[in-house]
Amino acid sequence: MITATLTRLVAQVAPTGGGATGTPATGTATPPATGNTGAGFSGNLGPLQLPHVEYHFLLPFLILAGSALAMLAVSSLIRGRWPKGLYAGWTVVTALVVMGWTWHLWGQVVGHGSAPRPGPVAAVAGAIAVDGFSLFVTLTICAALILAALLAESYLPREHLDGPEFYVLMMLSTAGGILMGEANDLIVVFLGLEILSLSLYVLTAYHRRRQRSSEAGMKYFVLGAFSSAFFLYGVALVYGATGSTSLPAIANFLSSHVLPSNGVLLAGMALLIVGLGFKVAAVPFHSWAPDVYEGSPSPATAFMAAAAKTAGFAALLRILLSALPTQAENWRPIIWVLAALTLVVGSVIAVVQTDVKRILAYSSVSHAGYVLLGLQAATATGAISSNGLAGSAFYLLAYTFMVAGSFAIVTVVGGQGDSHHSLDAYRGLANRRPALALAFTILLMSQAGIPFTTGFIAKFDVISAVVTHGGAPDYVLGVLAMLAAVVSTFFYLKIIIAMYSRGETSAAGGGAAEAAAASPAGGASGGGATAVLTAPAIQRTIEIPATITIAIGICVAFTLAFGIYPAPLIHLAERAGLLF
Amino acid sequence: MSGFLRSYLTVVVFAGFAAALVGGILAVSKLLQPHHPTREKLIAYESGVEPFGEGWSQSQIRYYVFALLFVMFDVEAVFIFPWAVRVDALGVFGLIEMIVFVAILALGLAYAWRKGVLRWV
Repeated sequence: MITATLTRLVAQVAPTGGGATGTPATGTATPPATGNTGAGFSGNLGPLQLPHVEYHFLLPFLILAGSALAMLAVSSLIRGRWPKGLYAGWTVVTALVVMGWTWHLWGQVVGHGSAPRPGPVAAVAGAIAVDGFSLFVTLTICAALILAALLAESYLPREHLDGPEFYVLMMLSTAGGILMGEANDLIVVFLGLEILSLSLYVLTAYHRRRQRSSEAGMKYFVLGAFSSAFFLYGVALVYGATGSTSLPAIANFLSSHVLPSNGVLLAGMALLIVGLGFKVAAVPFHSWAPDVYEGSPSPATAFMAAAAKTAGFAALLRILLSALPTQAENWRPIIWVLAALTLVVGSVIAVVQTDVKRILAYSSVSHAGYVLLGLQAATATGAISSNGLAGSAFYLLAYTFMVAGSFAIVTVVGGQGDSHHSLDAYRGLANRRPALALAFTILLMSQAGIPFTTGFIAKFDVISAVVTHGGAPDYVLGVLAMLAAVVSTFFYLKIIIAMYSRGETSAAGGGAAEAAAASPAGGASGGGATAVLTAPAIQRTIEIPATITIAIGICVAFTLAFGIYPAPLIHLAERAGLLF
Repeated sequence: MSGFLRSYLTVVVFAGFAAALVGGILAVSKLLQPHHPTREKLIAYESGVEPFGEGWSQSQIRYYVFALLFVMFDVEAVFIFPWAVRVDALGVFGLIEMIVFVAILALGLAYAWRKGVLRWV
């Protein structure tokens, strides 16, 4: 799979356009439309005009991919074990370099402070959009990479899985996510999607000795490949209907032509929504999410929940808003239904779960609904309003830190074997690890949307955007979202109550069952069972490694600091505009 | 019906003709042929070996990694071929890109080698 990823990676870097005219498209000008005509083999065999490649705009992608390959090369060619923490350090430094460069590009494209805005740019023959939105997504996904690398640094040695592959795959996956965020062409979106997903399939199945991990990897791979096929079929149909895969060219065609029958276009649009809806785990394409989140190694879950969802939404928002704004009256009802289902089903099913990882999985499904709310608000008035888009972007950033922090705590409490995830394992946590319980409480409160956290600001943003900009149906959606938030508070509180309960009443039975499940050999003998009853799993010591402490600290600090003083972040999100 | 769909109509007509032709020939043959089965005529092979064993057989798991490595070089060839056809038009830029591409795949091979995949166990 790595090979296939690399192949696609190179295919992206290498010039593929048949006869692009070589003029670097600048500003908001449409790219040369000849990129897909394939003028190569049919008679005209003149010298090829290669598109101008602006490498400095591609650097975030290239740094990550190059760093991943370098780590793979060095680790496989040098004998002996590496010093502890070097892989994770390498990954974090790479991500920081990428973030630094992205911030530099942000200054070039959007402008820091109140400096004049040079405006977004279409690069590499219009295939890459360098705008506030893509840079914002890049920063978000890199933050997820850093947090996940910090988790993996102590998780992998604990599970005896240490090696460079986990970090290499995460970096490649991040590169794919970044590519999805800045793709301005359906083919590039697909390349990014595949680079992201192929690495994620391997990461999901990375815990070799844990059967659930392999099962989750298999499930994710089969369903993910299926959804990629849907997406690709959608690309083909949209190309068939409009004659281009470039998003601005599609938008131009649709705004200047009247289609006699738009069946092919609508089918293609629906398939695109299905393919990306699967990636972001929107109901009814969510059924893989709980199993895969539960089975994956916890750092991989944190990364997947944050990065894959952000990248999927980035592509979905860009395709619908940038290529198909003229079709808004056709796709808005679809998004309405998706958002309503996602909000309701995600939060209602989470209520009956008893496994914390599954609860968080369903809660991340319901979070997808709120981001869809922002998408719905973005086109409510016909013209594209930046409020909804900024709301979605802000939600994704806030969600990244909330979910990564939550899964950091799951990683710690899960313990050796990644097996203690039932609610009973959290019973009495506040007595043993008060700081950990407090951190988890803050992160869960933020996910529920309690004031003074980023989660509240994020929810408030999208709901107020949909209520102010939308009509009556959108108003209903806003009410639904608020009700879903109330319902979801119940299961977040369930975890919090478990942590702050004394842990004596029902914990013994649950603890025994859990211990028996964790160690079938020990639980088989009668003596083992009584020992568990007298000294339940509550007494299990929970070690909190330094790197995970840092990760949790970052997440909690981010959640609280920008929850109390959100202005800089909101300002950032409002400037994360799309290239149209 | 749009022109786009009409071109598919050709395919449908072709498929219909093919099915009708094969079905017709088989039907005519069925009607005309003499039919005198005997025991010897009905055994699996009128000459040669009797089949034995089951239809399903397991293949070695270690072929799996070779299949993976094959796919890797297979894909490499798929991408090198179009480049080789237009090598002079793509010039130095194309050459560098292809070197990068092959180097990345070679890195994958080196990784597989270090992991002991190439050793027949």
